[in-house]
Amino acid sequence: MPLSTSSNFARPDDAFRAIVEAHRGLTEEQSADFDAALVLILANHIGDIDVLREAIGLARRRMVNGQQQQQQQQ
Amino acid sequence: MAPANTHQAKTQFGYRRHPDQDRPGPSPAEHPVVIVGAGPVGLSLAIDLAQRGQRVVLLDDADRIGEGSRAICFSKRSLEYWDRLGVGDRMVEKGVVWSVGRIFHGESQLYQFNLLPEDGHKRPAFINLQQYYAEAYLVDRINDLPGIDLRWRNKVTALEQRNDSALLTIETPEGAYRLNAQYVIACDGARSSLRQMVGAEFAGQVFEDQFLIADVKMTAEFPTERWFWFDPPFHAGRSALLHRQPDDVWRIDLQLNRYADPVLEKKPENVRPRIARMLGHDKFEFEWISLYKFQCRRMDRFIHGRVIFAGDSAHQVSPFGARGANSGLEDAENLSWKLDRVLRGKSPASLLESYHVERSMAADENIRESTRSTDFMAPNSHQEARLRKAVLSLAKETEFGKRMVNGGRLSVPCSYDTPLSSRDADAWRGGPSPGCSMLDAPVGDQAYLTDAFRKGGTDFTLLSFSNGAAIAAPDGVRDIRIGGAGGLADSQGLVAKRYDAEPGTTYLLRPDGYVAARFRHPTREAVAAALSRAQGLN
Repeated sequence: MPLSTSSNFARPDDAFRAIVEAHRGLTEEQSADFDAALVLILANHIGDIDVLREAIGLARRRMVNGQQQQQQQQ
Repeated sequence: MAPANTHQAKTQFGYRRHPDQDRPGPSPAEHPVVIVGAGPVGLSLAIDLAQRGQRVVLLDDADRIGEGSRAICFSKRSLEYWDRLGVGDRMVEKGVVWSVGRIFHGESQLYQFNLLPEDGHKRPAFINLQQYYAEAYLVDRINDLPGIDLRWRNKVTALEQRNDSALLTIETPEGAYRLNAQYVIACDGARSSLRQMVGAEFAGQVFEDQFLIADVKMTAEFPTERWFWFDPPFHAGRSALLHRQPDDVWRIDLQLNRYADPVLEKKPENVRPRIARMLGHDKFEFEWISLYKFQCRRMDRFIHGRVIFAGDSAHQVSPFGARGANSGLEDAENLSWKLDRVLRGKSPASLLESYHVERSMAADENIRESTRSTDFMAPNSHQEARLRKAVLSLAKETEFGKRMVNGGRLSVPCSYDTPLSSRDADAWRGGPSPGCSMLDAPVGDQAYLTDAFRKGGTDFTLLSFSNGAAIAAPDGVRDIRIGGAGGLADSQGLVAKRYDAEPGTTYLLRPDGYVAARFRHPTREAVAAALSRAQGLN
């Protein structure tokens, strides 16, 4: 099964909000620790290495796009 | 030698002049096979070839079995190979048998694993045995065999590749001489001088963190298990490993940082308090202390003209996973039967290419596993350390977290995707597929399938399950029948279970115990085709 990028939550705002709230009150360092744990938990739940790799690819493209945008602004 | 390393050489051998050194005229002595390096790999390969009827010259630049802390963990697969070489019992009698590992984080145990959770195997998951014992037993075996000419203090100093041979120049205490070999097998270790002589690179990764390896002698009540700690109270922020060896000797690995001064850290007065903190007492003596930076490297090609590389000379790994000596022994068992066939003209020289293909695959797997373990122990960045911290904390309460904790993934035989295999044409629900190693199982009281395979002479073997009318094995192929009149008894039903067998099921095994092909309803033609494929004949 390929990575699903259609909207899967009935109420997407709730999901986004849940993650945002989980970070409230955490230091930068704690937030990064939290994210690391959350990523591993979700990755295991997906349990499909191909989907995980696709997700990593999609996330990584943000980095590439971000760098390009920065270079254009400079 | 450092003052702490008081361990004496276990065995000393004399240099003896050989008639090859006194040949009149310009032409050197001719030999079919010269093996360079009398470590576990070279010694085992020599025995294997000699048992197949080959004459072997084995050269080593030293005159004794090396001291020091080197390989200690020998796998089930290696023991099965040593059984075939006639030394398995001796190794297991001296060694300490283990199959359980425990992983600790801080004060508490994260989880434990059993590497051989089922019964019905002749050999245990692992034994621990000092490499010098293994080498001494192999040398004893060599002395009982005709056909092996073991020459100590014979150091290869030059190599010249010829069309169908390699010319070696060999330095001895009484001067140099030359030998011409059809094949030279370089088992001369990670710092292989033959590798330099063929001009091959040895590329890979060096890990920055340093590890202190100490062998200490003490009487202790720890169980015979592999204990691994992340961030233990006695060695904060780093990892530690404790492993038992025979003679009340214990192997201890302590991770140090990348800036540790090797000279200082190796001094017994500095090592002693570290170990005392770990053990809670200082009633121990040092057998050996050394400091390592681990490396994972391999040659691009294991075959260079008439020189074939095996063991650490071809590929090197970190010690976490026991993949060094064990993979070298797998190299030897993979190469031996192929070289024997080629030397006899039974298979074309191209069969040797499958050694490179199969063992490269294994080297890549071993390097991958060993690199992952070492990176987990010594994270390369702040973020890697953060992910590891998350895994270790999740491991306390989740099963998936435990499975992600990497304190070393221990050596198992590699599966080969190889041109020597014939693809499955039938439906299988289990059992070893072509390219996988055979599985052991009991065949009667105190008898095992691996014994039956060994007693058959470790040639190509048809393993068939009774259906009343098994097909006859092709010429030169041995036969093992399970069940039926005259067949071996599948006393616990485990052979059929482990091989997903039905009446008529037949496996074609290679001389190294790998599955070449398998059939639900074998025909003479199908078996013959699989056999010639596995022999490199088409």
